Amino acid sequence: MLIAVLLPLFITLLIPFVSKFKQKFHTGIFVLLIPLGIFIYFVRYISEDFSPVSASYPWIPSIDISFDFYLDGLSLLFVLLISGIGTLVTLYSIYYLHKSEKLAHFYIYLLMFMTAMLGVVLSDNIYVLYSFWELTSISSFLLIGYWNYREGSRYGAMKSMLITVFGGLSLLGGFILLQLITGTTSIQEMIAQSDVILDSPYLPLILVLVLLGAFTKSAQFPFHIWLPDAMEAPTPVSAYLHSATMVKAGIFLIARFSPIFNAYEWFFIVVSGIGIITLCWASYMAVRQTDLKGILAFSTISQLGMIMAMLGFGTEAAVFAAVFHILNHATFKGSLFMIAGIIDHETGTRDIRKLGGLMTLMPISATLALFGTFSMAGVPLPFLNGFYSKELFFENSLHLDSGNLWLAEFLVQAVPYLAVFGSIFTFVYSMYLLFGTFTGKKNLDELPSKPHEAPLGMLVAPAILIAGVIIIGIFPNLLNENFLAHAALAVSGHEVHEHVHYWHGWDSPAFLMSLTVLALGTLLYVFRDKWTGIYKSIPGALSFNKVYDNLVAGLDRYSSSFTKGYMNGSLRRYMALIISTIFIVTLTVMLGTDGFSFSTDDLAEITAAEILVAAMMIVAAFGTIFPKNNIGVILLLGIAGYGLALLFVFYRAPDLALTQLVVETITVALFLLCFYHLPKLRPIKESKRVKITNLIISFAFGGMMTLVGIAAHSSKWFETISGYFIETSHDLGGGDNVVNVILVDMRGLDTLFEICVLGIAALSIYTMIKLRRNKEER
Amino acid sequence: MEIIMSIVAGVLFAAGLYNLLQKQLLRIVVGTALLSHGAHLFILTMGKLKEGAPPILDYDISEYTDPLPQALILTSIVISFGLTSLLLVLTYRAAQENDTDNMENLRGNHDE
Repeated sequence: MLIAVLLPLFITLLIPFVSKFKQKFHTGIFVLLIPLGIFIYFVRYISEDFSPVSASYPWIPSIDISFDFYLDGLSLLFVLLISGIGTLVTLYSIYYLHKSEKLAHFYIYLLMFMTAMLGVVLSDNIYVLYSFWELTSISSFLLIGYWNYREGSRYGAMKSMLITVFGGLSLLGGFILLQLITGTTSIQEMIAQSDVILDSPYLPLILVLVLLGAFTKSAQFPFHIWLPDAMEAPTPVSAYLHSATMVKAGIFLIARFSPIFNAYEWFFIVVSGIGIITLCWASYMAVRQTDLKGILAFSTISQLGMIMAMLGFGTEAAVFAAVFHILNHATFKGSLFMIAGIIDHETGTRDIRKLGGLMTLMPISATLALFGTFSMAGVPLPFLNGFYSKELFFENSLHLDSGNLWLAEFLVQAVPYLAVFGSIFTFVYSMYLLFGTFTGKKNLDELPSKPHEAPLGMLVAPAILIAGVIIIGIFPNLLNENFLAHAALAVSGHEVHEHVHYWHGWDSPAFLMSLTVLALGTLLYVFRDKWTGIYKSIPGALSFNKVYDNLVAGLDRYSSSFTKGYMNGSLRRYMALIISTIFIVTLTVMLGTDGFSFSTDDLAEITAAEILVAAMMIVAAFGTIFPKNNIGVILLLGIAGYGLALLFVFYRAPDLALTQLVVETITVALFLLCFYHLPKLRPIKESKRVKITNLIISFAFGGMMTLVGIAAHSSKWFETISGYFIETSHDLGGGDNVVNVILVDMRGLDTLFEICVLGIAALSIYTMIKLRRNKEER
Repeated sequence: MEIIMSIVAGVLFAAGLYNLLQKQLLRIVVGTALLSHGAHLFILTMGKLKEGAPPILDYDISEYTDPLPQALILTSIVISFGLTSLLLVLTYRAAQENDTDNMENLRGNHDE
């Protein structure tokens, strides 16, 4: 099974070589074999007594991550959708994409996507699932931005990336929590432990995180906004990713995890609630679109909302209906996208306002579109699969079991009405799509190219899908027992023996609902011009695209102004920030841990000479703060340095005193040298406010350091190790000057690198003075 | 005495920092020099002040001051000297090249 999943990814390595010969044969022909092979490999599993198959391949066993694959009914449904529609889309793309396009890129991305999608639906390990999940985001990003010279493609790719990766990351968070609670990374083992998860206090958080991942991927309200912009991708991509496979990854995720969450009341409320809102909003918005693919994008969103709602219902019949509709939607939506692509290809435009009267020119496409749109609208004809699933949806919406929460009771009451509302608009846009394109006035002069029927090869793929629509329409129970029932079993955990009926009888409420949809939909479609003005005011400023754009632009503006606010390039500012931070952190820690302790024991005695020197240093140090001129400051610095040398003398440190004297002398000389050579030193005026701020900062810090010093002196925990140095200096070090023995013998390494420091400083000074690479010299 | 020395070190820190927050390059270097003076005094104070003779061994003396902080300070003095001289030459060169010693004018490029 690993080979089947990773095969497309490995084949991508061959694509560049194959596409070298693309003038002789289209790269797609080579690629076509791969999904076909996978389809044939998996189609063998369809049988009435199918039982789940699992396989495991180690990846990172030490942290319990391995390629665990688990093929049950649900996975099988998706695998067949992915490979089957993948085959048809590849076939279609051979005719759709011209040889002058960057075919190698296209097919590499497409195969990458195929691996990712197969991995998502087959993985049993949450982290492997997550890896494949992000790979679908990345390959979708690449495919949407395929024509990367277009502004719209880049915008759409970016938007879908941001939204789906946001969801992906929250999904990862949910997965990590799930693993922490259950102690396993396998989904099947988690399902077995679902009562542990249901008892966990983190359950609401997990649900929100996992659902965020699913909703962003499956374009649910209000994260649906990326899907219409993803229509900038080539049409085969839209047909494959954005109608049949990737957008169903979220559906798959919810179906996969619904045995865990099903018993939780909020699962019904959130999933069904969001699903039904998405259904209504997207079908309402679809009527407004003028771009063929725009209509189809919103239509996809609303159909996904419907499937989501049914998964949320959670009853066995509803789950079966959801699974059934996943299959049906993939067939008719895939074919409709391909037909939209054909129209775009043959007329040069997708704008429905420019199109019209194509029926006589493109009769085959028109026929296929007729079946596709009627199935999508759920027109009550017994040879269209969309009708059955819509009927099942209505029927299930009437038999909901409300829990104890009032919100759930309210939802149960509202769902049937909302379902009818959404379906009416679905009917309206389906009719608009069909009749707006193929009937009415021809205006061939406005079209960029002269339309004619598409080549046969292009029509094969949509024709096969429409054949699927009709075959399922005529024999709705053909795939029930051997295929869909297993999928429904995997989702609901119960055996489902559902029989799809052609006819529910006149008195069936679901049928009456369908008739209502038909009647009101026709009415609304006929009088379309009268009421579409409502769109000017109703999404209006409420549009979620505006929210997204403002969010992204606002984040950009805010972070830029924030960065510019504190990073103004002034080193003084940074210094002040650093010092204040040290001050605040140290003070908090010291106060928090009761670190300030003051004891006056064990202090050295105070002598007059030392006090005098100390006073001199303090005066000198203060003096540097009030400069009349820089010479004064340099001399005051010298006084402080010599004062320090004197202190070293008092405190019995002859070597230090010596060094300090010499170093201070040289330093002062260097300062004076530097001062002498500086160009025209002007005194720089400071504002009073800045001066006071600086004073406060520096004296607060100095005061704190004094306190730290006293506190450190007051709490000595153990004896110094210097006794050892004094004892062994003569015997082991061979010297009587202990400080020098420490420097060159006991801690000689310090001295070595201190010599290095001096050497580097000397070299740098030499380099700075000697090396000049001015602009003139270059 | 340690308390007084701590105060002196604190004053040296404060004055050093105040100079560090100035606009003029030269005074920033003065600030670093003052800071290192403060640090050296700090290290010395942290060991015990005046407990005996200078740490040069002699037969009749049993009590010496702590030699370890002295060794540390000696290392530190040399390093800070190297750094100060480097900074001074850098100041000199920067002021010469850019014809200013005002830090506010030395802010780098805007298109960084």
